[in-house]
Amino acid sequence: MDGNAAIAYGVMRSQVQLVAAYPITPQTPIVETISSLIDTGQYDASYITVESEHSALSALIGAASAGVRTFTASASHGLALMHEVTGVASASRLPIVMAVVSRAIPGPMCLWCDHSDIMTQRDQGWIQLFAQSPQEALDFVMIAYRTGEDPRVLTPVMVDIDGFFCSHLTEPVEVPSPEEAGEFIGGFQPVNACLDPALPYAIDNLTSPEIFTELKRSQDLGMRAAAGVLDERFAQFGQLFGRRYGRILCEGMEDAQTAIVCMGSMAGTVRHVVRQLRQAGQRVGLVRVVAFRPFPTAEVAQALRGVRQVAVIDRVSAMGSFGPLYEEVLAAMKLDGNQNCAYSFVAGLGGRDIWEGTVEAVFRRAQALGEQNAPCREPIWIDLKEGGMGNG
Amino acid sequence: MAELDLLSKGLATCQGCPMELIARAALKVLGPNTVTMTPPSCAAILTGSGDETGWGIPSVQTVLMSLPAFASGVSEALKLRGRGEVTVLGFAGDGGTFDIGLQSLSGAIERGHRAVFLCYNNEAYMNTGNQRSSATPLGAVTKTTPTGKREPVKNIDFMLLHTPLAYQATATVGNIRDFQRKLAKAAAKDGPSFLHVLAPCPSGWKFPTDQTIQMAKLAVKCGIWPLFERENGRITLQQSAVDFSLIPQYLHRQKRFSRVDAPLQERIIREAKARHETLLRLAELDCL
Repeated sequence: MDGNAAIAYGVMRSQVQLVAAYPITPQTPIVETISSLIDTGQYDASYITVESEHSALSALIGAASAGVRTFTASASHGLALMHEVTGVASASRLPIVMAVVSRAIPGPMCLWCDHSDIMTQRDQGWIQLFAQSPQEALDFVMIAYRTGEDPRVLTPVMVDIDGFFCSHLTEPVEVPSPEEAGEFIGGFQPVNACLDPALPYAIDNLTSPEIFTELKRSQDLGMRAAAGVLDERFAQFGQLFGRRYGRILCEGMEDAQTAIVCMGSMAGTVRHVVRQLRQAGQRVGLVRVVAFRPFPTAEVAQALRGVRQVAVIDRVSAMGSFGPLYEEVLAAMKLDGNQNCAYSFVAGLGGRDIWEGTVEAVFRRAQALGEQNAPCREPIWIDLKEGGMGNG
Repeated sequence: MAELDLLSKGLATCQGCPMELIARAALKVLGPNTVTMTPPSCAAILTGSGDETGWGIPSVQTVLMSLPAFASGVSEALKLRGRGEVTVLGFAGDGGTFDIGLQSLSGAIERGHRAVFLCYNNEAYMNTGNQRSSATPLGAVTKTTPTGKREPVKNIDFMLLHTPLAYQATATVGNIRDFQRKLAKAAAKDGPSFLHVLAPCPSGWKFPTDQTIQMAKLAVKCGIWPLFERENGRITLQQSAVDFSLIPQYLHRQKRFSRVDAPLQERIIREAKARHETLLRLAELDCL
């Protein structure tokens, strides 16, 4: 099963009642699989074949406001088109779940993976989980519902998989039986928003400066509460299914002098290289961030304690500044009084493969710079081709 | 005990506002078992601000681009919850219907959700202070057409003739009983309905605030606003004889048409006649 199919089965096993989505590469198989399962009667749910991504999320906001469990999926252009309504969904405290199959935001036009699409959404008030594999994709969808719907949280969730690297990667996936999944997922009880003529009220009214700040703060508190709830859900999920996750996942960090921090599918390659380097006697470790929102600041800070140099790989270029993951890591280190060197790397844009050589290059560069205590004045474009340095 | 009023009487709409009358009349027909949606528009005044709302029924403030998609989701969710009998009412202006919301409306109609899409047409973006929309008539002065609009309106009624609407009708605030009869029909359909209601706006059209109803009646009488219904494949034109010679009077009573000269007036009359003639011929068909 590939990542897209795993998402679709995760949705079915989460007993989602209503799906509205619009096809876009590389997410299209999710749309096809779910609509086919529903159309052929294998899955009892409503599917709204909307005419755009903007309408997909708009329809879900309407449906979730009327009290049903909902799902959509998108990528790149589609996610950009949804931007107006992603903020409405989170401010309305609707626990919608969306799969983002990451693909570069244009332009130039590009079909392939990077995180420039989901990073446009980082401050829109959605929990963001980055899966590495098809199995995680399925598992995280189920965990997403149980987290977002928690009355302490009431926040929508994006489950991100990397376009093609995960969405089209086929590997064995354990699909829980409906009964097993049901034990974890439970039924859906809408909280607050539920359009009911017996209890009329207005949703999403014009909001004055008088209470706007307080509403935003309450949203922020819901998001922050998601950290603890995610920990609970990961633990519960591990007990039931034997697959253990956390908001960060580390390897080799007990004695690491160099840490590589990253997210998404590249974590598999980084882990592989870290193991090889460690076998060769290098003290290097991996810090994989699973939950980008809410950001596990304290956990990252703790993981990086005592590390001599930190290399952060962002699969997105924040032109004129540093990558978003790097900035979060710096803030975490600062919180911990950690003055050690941290280097910002940009790699894997627009589907460029992050292979072992890329990760080794990151490691060597970070190590060399760290030995000189060199400051990080700007991101290092580590997989830039020779000659590709000019402006225009 | 007095009948419960489902729309507050203390609303901040302008004096002489037709939209408020349309909403009030609509709720008298639809009753409390209704959920409504308004986009950011004059209708947002009804949905209210802060912890105040004008509606006595559940309401959602949608975004301007996709009220019909919101309504699609609400309609399907209500069905899933065994509440398919609740009327879903989209209450949008011409901007949210003709322009930025048109794609979403076309999608919702094509998919066949049970919902009533009501467009109160005040013929410009009135909530932002009167800028032209594609529903603004030829020659009308707005803040973005200070010398008068050079293009005729987008005829949304004709555009929607070939969409799978369960029911389609035009109405005006000048004949509330006719409007209510059509709305009751629309709400009873098990599919999408479109109700296009002329809403003469004293602030934007520049006429005295006590003449809203008269202006709507005159629009029908002079043939500027044809009244028709489409149901079961047939168009019924409600008025076969209209007096096009009243068009100059209709124009002169609104300051927004102050830049209309004689040749433009002729063109406006010609186009009104053509619309009417088209409808007369369409009314002979039974395949619409």
